[in-house]
Amino acid sequence: MFDKLTLSLIPLLPLLSFLMLGLFGRKVFKNFSGIIGTGALLVSAGLSLSTAYNYFFVSGKVDGVYQKITALKISWLEFSPGVSIDIGILLDPISVMMLVVVTFVSLMVHIYSLGYMKGEERFSTYYAFLGLFTFSMLGLVMSSNIFQIYIFWELVGVSSFLLIGYYFDKPSAVAAAKKAFIVTRFADLGFLIGILVLSFNAHTLDFETLIQRLTDPNSEYMRSAIAPAFLGFSSLTWGLMLVFIGGAGKSAMFPLHIWLPDAMEGPTPVSALIHAATMVVAGVFLVGRLFPVFAISCPGALELVAYTGALSALFAAIIACTQTDIKRVLAYSTMSQIGYMMFALGVSGYGNEDGLGYMASMFHLFTHAMFKALLFLGAGAVIHFVHSNEMNDMGGLRKHMPITHITFLIACLAIAGVPPLAGFFSKEEILLAAFHHNKLIYGIALITSGITAFYMFRLYFNIFWSKEFHSHGEHHGEGGIVMMLPLILLSLGAAFAGFIPFSQLVTSDGKPFETVLHLSFSVAPVLLGLAGIFIALRLYKTQNDIANKISSSLSGFYSSAYHKFYIDEVYLFITHKVIFNLLGKPAAWFDKTIVDGFINRLGSSSEKISEETKTLQSGQVQQYAAYFLAGAIGLGIIFIYVLTLK
Amino acid sequence: MTAQDIIFYLLAAFTLVTGFLAVTTTRIFRSAIFLLFSLIGIAGIYFWLEYEFIAAVQIVVYVGGIVVLIIFSIFLTQEAGANLPDTTITKKITGGIAAACGFGFTLLQVLQHNFTGTTEPGIEPSVANIGNRMLGVNEFGYSLPFEVVSILLLAAMVGCIVIALKTPVQK
Amino acid sequence: MTEIGLNHILFVSIALFFIGVYGFLTRRNMIMMLMSIELILNSVNLNFIAFNKYLWANKMDGLFFTIFIIAIAAAEAAVAIAIIINLYRSHRSIDVEDASDLKF
Repeated sequence: MFDKLTLSLIPLLPLLSFLMLGLFGRKVFKNFSGIIGTGALLVSAGLSLSTAYNYFFVSGKVDGVYQKITALKISWLEFSPGVSIDIGILLDPISVMMLVVVTFVSLMVHIYSLGYMKGEERFSTYYAFLGLFTFSMLGLVMSSNIFQIYIFWELVGVSSFLLIGYYFDKPSAVAAAKKAFIVTRFADLGFLIGILVLSFNAHTLDFETLIQRLTDPNSEYMRSAIAPAFLGFSSLTWGLMLVFIGGAGKSAMFPLHIWLPDAMEGPTPVSALIHAATMVVAGVFLVGRLFPVFAISCPGALELVAYTGALSALFAAIIACTQTDIKRVLAYSTMSQIGYMMFALGVSGYGNEDGLGYMASMFHLFTHAMFKALLFLGAGAVIHFVHSNEMNDMGGLRKHMPITHITFLIACLAIAGVPPLAGFFSKEEILLAAFHHNKLIYGIALITSGITAFYMFRLYFNIFWSKEFHSHGEHHGEGGIVMMLPLILLSLGAAFAGFIPFSQLVTSDGKPFETVLHLSFSVAPVLLGLAGIFIALRLYKTQNDIANKISSSLSGFYSSAYHKFYIDEVYLFITHKVIFNLLGKPAAWFDKTIVDGFINRLGSSSEKISEETKTLQSGQVQQYAAYFLAGAIGLGIIFIYVLTLK
Repeated sequence: MTAQDIIFYLLAAFTLVTGFLAVTTTRIFRSAIFLLFSLIGIAGIYFWLEYEFIAAVQIVVYVGGIVVLIIFSIFLTQEAGANLPDTTITKKITGGIAAACGFGFTLLQVLQHNFTGTTEPGIEPSVANIGNRMLGVNEFGYSLPFEVVSILLLAAMVGCIVIALKTPVQK
Repeated sequence: MTEIGLNHILFVSIALFFIGVYGFLTRRNMIMMLMSIELILNSVNLNFIAFNKYLWANKMDGLFFTIFIIAIAAAEAAVAIAIIINLYRSHRSIDVEDASDLKF
């Protein structure tokens, strides 16, 4: 079975690395910090892989069904019998898969950063933060308790905040870190309330018990949970929608996506790890974790998931076509792909072949982690080489950076869904699930996939082809073996991950099922993808002004897409003009005049009173004697005439 | 009205008038002399009450001791014959009202009160009796307060010396 | 008015007391205030003697109180004059209104 120690070591090794590097890194380890962090993660990744092998191929399957195994459970805080916050390890297909994804991508980023971050002043701090993030993310995916997931959810948010604000002397990085933290924190409020609603209904915080109680239509928990409660929705629906808001915040779904593009202010490997491959899919993971509840008890909430995902996918893809900062293009692409995963979950049913969307979503999560991390690391190498994020400063780099060029091309082909690369398979499954469930979403997905191919190759051609690269100043190659090795490994993943039989491994109810690839069905998306690539080729392979002409003919739409459809401005308007003016100002007025005024008046009046009374103490002994005499006579009068005891 | 009554009234009037003059006159030396007379008047009342020992003590301690002490201190601190600055009229009025109210109030209470004393035969306040009681240690003896007062006098003496010591000039 | 009794002497004593109070409240010279206090003490002594004579002739408590008060008054006067002289040294004045350092 599963050794508790081994499993605990997987998240604890990065934590140990964080503690060591965080406490002693700058003084003791200095340039060895990277080696230590990478070493810890190497062990962790090895353990994850062996756990995955053990789970999927040796002991996870009982009677042809993958079991949910609670490998470790420590009751930490018990509120009442049955309702307790536990720290535990839950193994099921998605958590094991996430273990592999997180440790693998994190390892790649660790290795890559050895080259990329070399010579940074806060090198060891950087590795400490990476360790913290990896620990939190692993704790998140292994959570056995919904409150444990919340704790690690926040820890992930904090490490993301720390890493976005890594260059804390750059005002834009600081603003981006704050923005990311506030937006996700705001969404997490929904998550927290959702947790409370769900656990109130299910009388437990434990995942397994919670799912079991809220999916059994005959249980008393269900009856009270599905009764209409507020605004016509049942409390279960509310709970799930609120949990989804938390997930949407972390996964940058519309309209809570505004932090993700700005989060690109962090170091590029961090973007690859956190804002592309792992943390941003936490929302998808969360919905996946509670998927039985969504699918069986509350399809209404699942509709919300589906439409939010589809809208985000299309919306982000359109914006991605107009951006010129390569990391921002990738950020919007990430958002779009996560939208894919979300609506794949949204169109899915529960059990067997109905669960195709679920499987496809997890599949896409896996493949996306590979090719998106690869894209970011490749972009990092380019930025390292050019010292700029802007497309206009690039072009013609294919001769200067051959390895980067090849791996980047593989990743672009993968994300565009060109067979037989990884993205093709996972995307086909998603489209198939959408096709069977909802034609509207299928249409959106199809268009999005075409746009995806277009903007990815716009990026590719702009970086590696277009004009000739004029080298000014010295350049230091592609970045050596430490930067190239992760690219190569990830490109292998991006190329071949599609052949993993996911439907045999990760399914909604644990039972494997067969999927068939309908070649006729694949024609449309592949053709659309190729068309997108072709258009990009015509527009951007060589320098010409067709692109400009097109964009100026679409001027209104283009500029609104370029300005990200003014969502940031809407947020600013709401916060600055509406909330600040309508709520903040009266509240400030109330605070300043009533609350402060009362206290100030209290202070000033007591000061005035004491100012008056202090003149009584004049230092004139005779006055004191007069007061004393008056007092004595007064007391005598009172005692004799007023308080006469009879 | 007997001669005894007339003597009392004369003594009382003398005491009060000189006492009043003592607190109102503007020349401090005269004031001390009026105080002297007032104290002598009280000693006279003690004589009238047939408490000769107390009257003697009054004259010895007050007239012979305290008033002389006061006159010395006047010589030390005051220019001889100089008028004191007059007190303000408000102070006079407030002090007068306070004193008058207190006087009226207390007198009212005293007059309304019906004092009842003992009917037992009295003790002759002779020097012999006083002396026996003063140093007696039996039931009606006052030797303990006597000792306490003697300690107090010692402490006061030490205190006076310490307070009035010239502070050594700092180099 | 009949025989001279307790009330007559009490009248004298009260009058003397409030003459002393008046002096204490109005005079600014500290020696004058000291003299007023002597008057007040004397009025109290007179009270004790009067009560002893007219009400409790079988005891000598009032008499002894008077003796002790006289002793204590002597000590008090000595200390007060020491303080006054010391104050005169430091302030060059024994006006009570000038000695108002001890205030807010």
